[in-house]
Amino acid sequence: MIEVKNVEKSFGESKVLKGITTTFETGKTNLIIGQSGSGKTVLLKSLLGIFTPDVGTISFDGRIYSDLTSDEKRELRTEIGMVFQGSALFDSMTVEENVGFPLKMFTTKSAAEIRDRVNVVIQRVNLVDANHKKPSEISGGMQKRVAIARAIVNNPKYLFCDEPNSGLDPKTAIVIDNLIMEITQEYNITTVINTHDMNSVMEIGEKIIFLKNGILAWEGTKKDIFKTDNEAIVDFVYSSNLFKKIRKAQNKDL
Amino acid sequence: MLVRYLSQIGKYFLMLKEVFNKPTKWSVMRGLIFKEIDDLVIDSLGIVAFISFFVGGVVAIQTALNLTNPLIPKYLIGFATRQSVILEFAPTFISIIMAGKMGSFITSSIGTMRVTEQIDALEVMGVNSLNYLVFPKIIALLLYPFVIGIAMFLGILGGWMAGVYGGFTSSVEFIQGIQTEFIPFHIAYAFIKTIMFALILATIPSFHGYYMKGGALEVGKASTVAFVWTSVIIILVNYILTQLLLTN
Repeated sequence: MIEVKNVEKSFGESKVLKGITTTFETGKTNLIIGQSGSGKTVLLKSLLGIFTPDVGTISFDGRIYSDLTSDEKRELRTEIGMVFQGSALFDSMTVEENVGFPLKMFTTKSAAEIRDRVNVVIQRVNLVDANHKKPSEISGGMQKRVAIARAIVNNPKYLFCDEPNSGLDPKTAIVIDNLIMEITQEYNITTVINTHDMNSVMEIGEKIIFLKNGILAWEGTKKDIFKTDNEAIVDFVYSSNLFKKIRKAQNKDL
Repeated sequence: MLVRYLSQIGKYFLMLKEVFNKPTKWSVMRGLIFKEIDDLVIDSLGIVAFISFFVGGVVAIQTALNLTNPLIPKYLIGFATRQSVILEFAPTFISIIMAGKMGSFITSSIGTMRVTEQIDALEVMGVNSLNYLVFPKIIALLLYPFVIGIAMFLGILGGWMAGVYGGFTSSVEFIQGIQTEFIPFHIAYAFIKTIMFALILATIPSFHGYYMKGGALEVGKASTVAFVWTSVIIILVNYILTQLLLTN
């Protein structure tokens, strides 16, 4: 579980996060949603330790990040898996080498053990015949699968995904969403996903926090979205006509 | 402006400190060092050999063409070629060329990693990205003096071939020139410079790639800026070392 308490972050005069307090639960897909500029990337980077909050604390299963020594921080980072928006695969390595990289860096496993574990996770993310290809030789959807495989190969406790669906077609996006949710439940990981894709919200939003202008404006589940009267989230979610119709239909059913 | 330069210089030295912090696992680092030796040193041998050979030849021809007074001995062609190649051409001129070749390769490869979040990926995993990316380059470039040694040999060989086969001097005279007033310390001076230039070649382009901001266009700009600054620093260090080592 990741607990965020009263986190504030400013860049110069601009206050980007204004006292965020929330909890990201273990074994669930926790989504951070909000418009561009709402502070979701800054919150995600604060969770990852890339940004240091000006005020407030972030704790990982009771370990307050700012209180850790630099060695403890590095140790904690080995428990984190991250899927970047652009996949961030290492160009010079093959798919197999990319996936095996965290094991090679942080474990004492032999080459054969690494290969076995890599094959297990590559199969888990349904990648076929890609082991010896370079990232530039595979599709965007496959690159995302490789990024997920790399993120989970070292059995992380925490999985962070930044816009995992960006640049993917709707069908592949749903496959990736479901894959992340299955892995979260299967490995009992605390997953935090930064997205503005409403399909993802409706598909895998077990816990959703909505940021508006750096303030946590709403939190709940995907089911709660249809019932809420919170103007901020209603405005954001129903900016699409499709979702307006869904809400209308849902309200009729109720 | 001055404050910005001072801040950049400070940032560069802080980067150097971080490069030697939290070393990457040796089994991984070994592979990275061999890869960098291949990319930076072995891949540069062809162009270094080509340039050295022909510039050595040109130095010999130009010296010969300027020796119009019959009282000046022909062995001066070999002497001038040796002095030019060992003291300046091989260590300094080749390093400036390498600032373009190796330097732009280093800046663009690290800059691209920055743009595509590969450096963020390393950091999030708990890897000291500066040690992982820059340290192997510094170690690989410890072999740079060998490249310069080859440049010295081929430069003088080029001079000998141009001088002898161009009909400007005889082989005996040229070799006599090479041996005339030979000061072994000049070789040491050249290699001291080379080691300093190797450190500059590995770190300044890395600095510009690592701290670049923006997209693909900025990677190109960073490579150009890195080349300019690497060349400027090489020229300045060359002047300072020459003043320190060769004057009494």
